[in-house]
Amino acid sequence: MRGSTVWRDTAIAVAALVVLVLLPLAFPGKAFSDFVIRLSAFAIFATSLNLLVGYTGLVSFGHGLFYGLGAYSFALMMQKLGTSIPVAFVATLGVSALIATIVGAICIRLKEIYFSFLTLAFQMLLHSIIIAWTPLTGGDQGLTGGVPRPPFLGIRLDDPHHLYVFCCVILVASLYVMWHLVRSPFGYTMRMIRDNPRRAEFLGVRVWRVRLLAFVVAGVFGSVGGLLMSLFVSSAYPDFAYWTISGEAVFMILMGGISVFFGPLVGAVMLLLLNDVVTRMTEHYSLMLGIIILCFALGLRKGLLGFVLWAWARRRASTS
Amino acid sequence: MLTVENLHKSFGGVNAINGIDLNFDEGTLTAVIGPNGAGKTSFFNLITGAFRPDKGRILLGTEDIAGLSSPEIVKRGIGRAFQIASIFPSLTVRETILGAVNAHRGWHTRLARRFPLAEANAQTDEVMDLVGLTPKADTLSGNLSHGDQKLLDIALALALEPRVLLLDEPTAGMGPEERWQMIDTVHQLWQRKRMTLIFIEHDMDIVFKYAQTIRVLSYGTVLAEGKPDEIRNHPKVIEAYLGTAYEKGRG
Repeated sequence: MRGSTVWRDTAIAVAALVVLVLLPLAFPGKAFSDFVIRLSAFAIFATSLNLLVGYTGLVSFGHGLFYGLGAYSFALMMQKLGTSIPVAFVATLGVSALIATIVGAICIRLKEIYFSFLTLAFQMLLHSIIIAWTPLTGGDQGLTGGVPRPPFLGIRLDDPHHLYVFCCVILVASLYVMWHLVRSPFGYTMRMIRDNPRRAEFLGVRVWRVRLLAFVVAGVFGSVGGLLMSLFVSSAYPDFAYWTISGEAVFMILMGGISVFFGPLVGAVMLLLLNDVVTRMTEHYSLMLGIIILCFALGLRKGLLGFVLWAWARRRASTS
Repeated sequence: MLTVENLHKSFGGVNAINGIDLNFDEGTLTAVIGPNGAGKTSFFNLITGAFRPDKGRILLGTEDIAGLSSPEIVKRGIGRAFQIASIFPSLTVRETILGAVNAHRGWHTRLARRFPLAEANAQTDEVMDLVGLTPKADTLSGNLSHGDQKLLDIALALALEPRVLLLDEPTAGMGPEERWQMIDTVHQLWQRKRMTLIFIEHDMDIVFKYAQTIRVLSYGTVLAEGKPDEIRNHPKVIEAYLGTAYEKGRG
């Protein structure tokens, strides 16, 4: 490990966290803190999907399975079992890892579009279970009665400010871990498999094993996104496991940049802003969103951050 | 070192490999030649686990590796480069070789950010130096010239520290000058590493100059084997592959 790099990354992460925590002083409204909390959930979710799509070359259409799973697992554990938040948090990650291992073991042996659709099928299976198992999940009404948020270690997540700081910490910590993950030997192997899985096999890499590990890691982080959202809305809804949630994450990746680590974060900011602004201006939100995504797909395939970095690198090259 | 016994492989009704028996001694440099469709690449594919043989044994030392998967065969010490350079276009040269070194050392699923390790870095530098790619260490593999991509493909195999290295047409698609440079590099590698090197090649000048022994395949069988002079004058080889023009040209 290059110690200096780790310290630098850690310092940047801490600085980013401090800035995030202090931002409400400049933007004191509830709308801002709510926006950042929603952003935390979606940014983690979209970045975790990009571990599969951008880094491993596995285009999952059903990543929302883990968003929904995270939300419902956490909310149900808090509501029905009355556990503490840290225990429910860790248990949710465990449940997600287990389900991701089972689903991944089935899906990753399939190629390309078959993989994509099978993941989608598993997501819709979860959605169907949520709708059908009304006594447990509340069916299409979602979980009623709220998610209890008992204090732990002096942290009271029913206090909006505490919840805001908590979500910021989880956002920064998750991105920090994923950032290091893609720079680990495992991250290099993921990129090798994305580029040329056949060649990777001839280097001694068991491709299916690496893909499965990537699927599990992405699933665990995807569930963290859902968990944060269930904390925020104090419930869980079937929409969290609906296919559109996977679509939104794909749009975030497309808009921010698939080949840049922070692309999904930028995409999440853009999509949530679009959602908040456009829905205020017109009722034809879906139409507007469709046009904007079409523009990205046709004219800005690198995504916004990808394009900015590309243009910057080009400018540097031309000046040197 | 590497022994193939009664190897068979068919695709549908076509017998691609039809009862091959061959032995490659340790540390030798052998060329495998033959007309298109003779089964040369299929032979490599069987040895490296890309195909599973229908029948026969492939002995690496005393262990039968026939039917093992490619990663298992790689772990046992067989490296391979491809006819069309098989690389990772979005990784730099250094990242590519570092990835191969990691895979070889079993570090490729490490999640902790202890990378690049000093040992991995040192081996990566050595491999880049061996094939002369050090000046292009930070170039994206996809942006390399055709010749450099072929070198990188070979470097990937070298990063595995193989006991047996298989090169499928290392000079394919190159101009005359580049070809000789490439084969000189390969020859130097072999001299330095003294591994068992088997290469498929169509350029007979290269084959006759560098190979210690030559194996000729035709229709999935061994047509002839021997030293370059024996093969050059072998009537069956002249008839099936070299042609009389080559014989006359050689004078």
